[in-house]
Amino acid sequence: MLRLVSRPSSTGRLGKVVCSGAPHGGRRSIASTSARQADITLTVDGKEVTVPKVRSALIQACEAAGATIPRFCYHDRLAIAGNCRMCLVEVERSPKPVASCAMPAMPGSKVFTNTPLVHEAREGVMEFLLANHPLDCPICDQGGECDLQDQSMRYGSDRTRFHEITGKRAVENKDLGPLVKTSMNRCIQCTRCVRFANEVAGVEELGTTGRGNDLQIGMYVEKTMDSELSGNIIDLCPVGALTSKPYALHARPWELKNTESIDVMDAVGSNIRVDSRGVQVMRIQPRTNDEVNEEWITRRPFVAASWEEALQTIADGIASSGATGNEIQAVAGHLADTESLVALKDLINRLGSDNLALDQINGSAPPLHGVDVRSNYLFNSTIPGVEEADAILLVGTNPRHEAAVLNSRIRKSWLHTSLEVGLIGERTDTAYGYDYLGADSKALADFIAGKGAFAAKFKAAKRPLIIVGSALAEQPDGAAAYNALAKFVEKNKDSLITPEWNGFSVLHRIASRPAAYEIGFVPSKKAASTQPKFIYLLNADEVDPKSIPANAFVVYQGHHGDLGASLADVCLPAAAYTEKAMTWVNTEGRSQVGRAAVPPPGASREDWKIIRALSEVLGSPLPYDDVLSLRDRMWDISPTLVRYDVVERTSPEVAVAGLQTIAANTVSAKVSGKPFLKPISNFYQTDPISRASVTMAQCTRAFVKGEDYGFGEKGSEAAYA
Amino acid sequence: MLKASNSVAGIQRQANISIKRSLATVADPPVRRYGGLKDQDRIFTNAYCRHDHGIKGALSRGDWHRTKDILLKGDSWIIQTIKDSGLRGRGGAGFPSGLKWSFMNKPDWQKDKRPRYLVVNADEGEPGTCKDREILRGDPHKLVEGCLVAGRAMNATAAYIYIRGEFFQEASHLQQAITEAYKGGLIGKDACGSGYSFDVYLHRGAGAYICGEETALIESLEGKQGKPRLKPPFPADVGLFGCPTTVANVETVAVAPTICRRGGSWFASFGRERNQGTKLFCISGHVNNPCVVEEEMSIPLKDLIERHCGGVRGGWDNLLGIIPGGSSVPVLPIDKCSEVLMDYDSLKDAQSGLGTGAVIVMDKSTDIVSAIARFSSFYKHESCGQCTPCREGTTWMMNMMNRMVEGRAHRREIDMLLELTKQVEGRTICALGDAAAWPIQGLMRHFRPEVEARIDAFRASHGGVMFGGRMIHDADPTLAIPDNLGANLVEPGDRV
Repeated sequence: MLRLVSRPSSTGRLGKVVCSGAPHGGRRSIASTSARQADITLTVDGKEVTVPKVRSALIQACEAAGATIPRFCYHDRLAIAGNCRMCLVEVERSPKPVASCAMPAMPGSKVFTNTPLVHEAREGVMEFLLANHPLDCPICDQGGECDLQDQSMRYGSDRTRFHEITGKRAVENKDLGPLVKTSMNRCIQCTRCVRFANEVAGVEELGTTGRGNDLQIGMYVEKTMDSELSGNIIDLCPVGALTSKPYALHARPWELKNTESIDVMDAVGSNIRVDSRGVQVMRIQPRTNDEVNEEWITRRPFVAASWEEALQTIADGIASSGATGNEIQAVAGHLADTESLVALKDLINRLGSDNLALDQINGSAPPLHGVDVRSNYLFNSTIPGVEEADAILLVGTNPRHEAAVLNSRIRKSWLHTSLEVGLIGERTDTAYGYDYLGADSKALADFIAGKGAFAAKFKAAKRPLIIVGSALAEQPDGAAAYNALAKFVEKNKDSLITPEWNGFSVLHRIASRPAAYEIGFVPSKKAASTQPKFIYLLNADEVDPKSIPANAFVVYQGHHGDLGASLADVCLPAAAYTEKAMTWVNTEGRSQVGRAAVPPPGASREDWKIIRALSEVLGSPLPYDDVLSLRDRMWDISPTLVRYDVVERTSPEVAVAGLQTIAANTVSAKVSGKPFLKPISNFYQTDPISRASVTMAQCTRAFVKGEDYGFGEKGSEAAYA
Repeated sequence: MLKASNSVAGIQRQANISIKRSLATVADPPVRRYGGLKDQDRIFTNAYCRHDHGIKGALSRGDWHRTKDILLKGDSWIIQTIKDSGLRGRGGAGFPSGLKWSFMNKPDWQKDKRPRYLVVNADEGEPGTCKDREILRGDPHKLVEGCLVAGRAMNATAAYIYIRGEFFQEASHLQQAITEAYKGGLIGKDACGSGYSFDVYLHRGAGAYICGEETALIESLEGKQGKPRLKPPFPADVGLFGCPTTVANVETVAVAPTICRRGGSWFASFGRERNQGTKLFCISGHVNNPCVVEEEMSIPLKDLIERHCGGVRGGWDNLLGIIPGGSSVPVLPIDKCSEVLMDYDSLKDAQSGLGTGAVIVMDKSTDIVSAIARFSSFYKHESCGQCTPCREGTTWMMNMMNRMVEGRAHRREIDMLLELTKQVEGRTICALGDAAAWPIQGLMRHFRPEVEARIDAFRASHGGVMFGGRMIHDADPTLAIPDNLGANLVEPGDRV
């Protein structure tokens, strides 16, 4: 259900991290136990199972033996609470039934999951859970995907004995922000949300107040839950206490079609499930912005003309603007998929231009790190690899907003190991402690010179890691910083670049950017200095209007009609990421394929098809007619683009050579002393999709500006059963 | 005939070899009467706070006498002495103390560089219990010295005494004792000149009953909400601040120095096998002279009350029932009260428990149902709310008990209530669920007729009651009443 990471096969689970050499040396958490190293063989229902040598709970052994154990509070990726008591099993020579989630698997023990005692225990717990649970399933959004519903059907009694005249518990609803709708009467106090907030999201304000029957989940004081990961608690909640506010009462789970896809809101490429009903995307699971997407699918300002007219207008526009060669510019935006980037690059090249810009500051100049060596612009340590690092230097980045799930991994590692983190750049709340080194090139120079405590720790680290924010290249001092870093990494290649470890990682925040570098969607030096007369904006919504010459002919291709569309002479309606099956490359250089959850609405088409059609109108048709032959072309450019789900490492020699190119390219850079600013000030609206969303606007008001976002239920709504 | 006589002779011959058949010369060992502890055998000589509780008074009563020598005997000697003495935990569970303390000294414990703690549970909150309070008030030095001795036995670096927040005077006296001990070099660096360093800290709780549970107490000491932890890992592996910890009751710790001074066999000479020692009993309720008294273990309950409390108010026959070990053990009726001995095993056999040794005596004027219902309210109020059966069960049981006080219930609900107690008992993280369930089970075991009589009386005067407490005559007759509300059941004595 909850996927915090892009790969389901991630190692290391929260709360179960085996501690390293020093038993309490650098650990920030208190409770933990020592590692158990041997394989364990035990018997479950007469079946012998062997569980691996990681510390296994009885519940995992039971699962391995094929016995289903009902549970509410237990979650694979969260610490053990053992409080719902639903997972009770019988263990030989134990007088009482045992909570299987909390009991370590012991060699040779005999477990029974299907005895009268177990049945009776489950039924009893279920009766208690239902005693104070409102029977409002017909109006509950969780209905149909509710653990309590399912398990009470399977394990509960068929009739109630609870008739007390004192009635059921009533709990006031909490205001957790514009994403999470609360209905606390339904809460079964499993504390999954509390554990998630405390361990993963770093929101320690979510907790329990009161005791006994009056135990409540809440923020201790009246405030909203300000976390970029807050939406995950909706998926975690086993009952309908925490549901999605934007999705509230819009659909039932059995009406939805589920499509596995890739998230494009940042460059991590989180795996998501798109739930759609008919042609409407109803919600995204599990992502922060669970969003009812109907507004942005139906409200589209395009398609006043037919496709023929529109494409002909563009052809005429090129002719009338008189653009030739490098005067034809293409700008790749944040949400451009790899296929369309390839097609657009081929088209522009065929028109004799090298002017391929990216939709960012300095995007129309060749990138500092070049695109010839992959390790210069990718997240080389890989995302799971972050947990191996024992010292991390963040340069010009705030991973909490640029890659929230990566950030939660750093936090996890910080909590359970002696990881040290240093930050150069704007101060920010990262949800873990860090040594603040400074905001500008001087701080970087000091670090490289070995001044300060953190530099010493970094030097001593076995697996040091430098995470460079993609925004560093956009800073005035970016070139100088790259120069300094490249030299530093090369000098310390013994620890930073080894066959097993590459400690120089660039963290991208934009989904399309790694793919653009991968296919070389960057301008040549000559093209970069040319004034464009014809501009093709592919999903580009961040462009500075001033950078577009007044007489230029502008085409915008995209799906939300944001800033880019307002600048354009022609707008071409394209499909959004939930409407097309396309390739995305994440910041590690891992190719993943998204899937179309719903068909594109109205006249809009997949991006690459539009470009292919345009190429025909322009008289130089691209040599691919379907997506398969387009992917063959991608294979020609770089085989990694179509080797899905794999990260290909760069060899140390090539990586070092790449660093030398960076150093050579930026050798003449001067230091101005300006601080490195963070690129994302508003996490909730980084792209046209979220800018078009009412919910995200409310999030911005609530979390970024601290206003009342207008959806608050304070005062107006009393607790009701 | 011949054969028969042969065989009889054979049997007799065999019998002669194995059993000596004769007149009754081999007597059973004389029946030992327990009780009547002599003054010279009392451990807590200032339990009533009649003398100076400070260092001077403590020294004059023999505290801190050659403590250095005890410490120098080493950890295994102390633990062996405690094991020999047969001391069992005085907090209620009765786990053998020597064994428990030895869990701290696993093989190669020296390699573990973590600090190690002794935590003393002075969060005495069980209704009816007031024994630790007397120790803290009158004999605080016994506890401080006990911390040092027990701490030495488990090689602890420090002791934390978690004292109940309401105990203000007790905390003051104890703090005074700790300060005096530090000043006298008895604890702290090089305690008593033994070369062993040991610190004692006092921590005042904030008045939650659940914080008396060992892991909840640890959580509370760490500054978190007092909610019991899951076991395993046990505190001896991962306890306070993640370090090896042993939690022990005040009385257990405070008797340790005296045991070490006078020898394990002296302590073991009191009480029955497996229940040795002396114990503070606190007798409250309908006795002529409620008191806290140190007595020999295994003293008959009746003796205890007659000898020290001036008997039950209105004579023994006026007795209704006794709760022998604090609010969390089942009540005993008069016939059992006259035969049980005050020790772990005898009370367990009587389906009750020694608990903390808090004897609550109730004479015939007591509304026993109301008394037990009050316990249910207490447990409902003190449940931490962490785990489901206790959180939901205590509330449900309290609601039902409150109705039964009035009689506003259905006879069949008694069995349902008993079933609920079984659903709570043994299903929870800590023992509070059990403690909430047992008094109700005890009530229904021995006083069920009383409850039934009330239900019948209420029914007779007010009319029929449905399950859950709604009156039948309040139900809307135009609506169908589901059968599972019990409205349509015919009861004996109903005029149909």
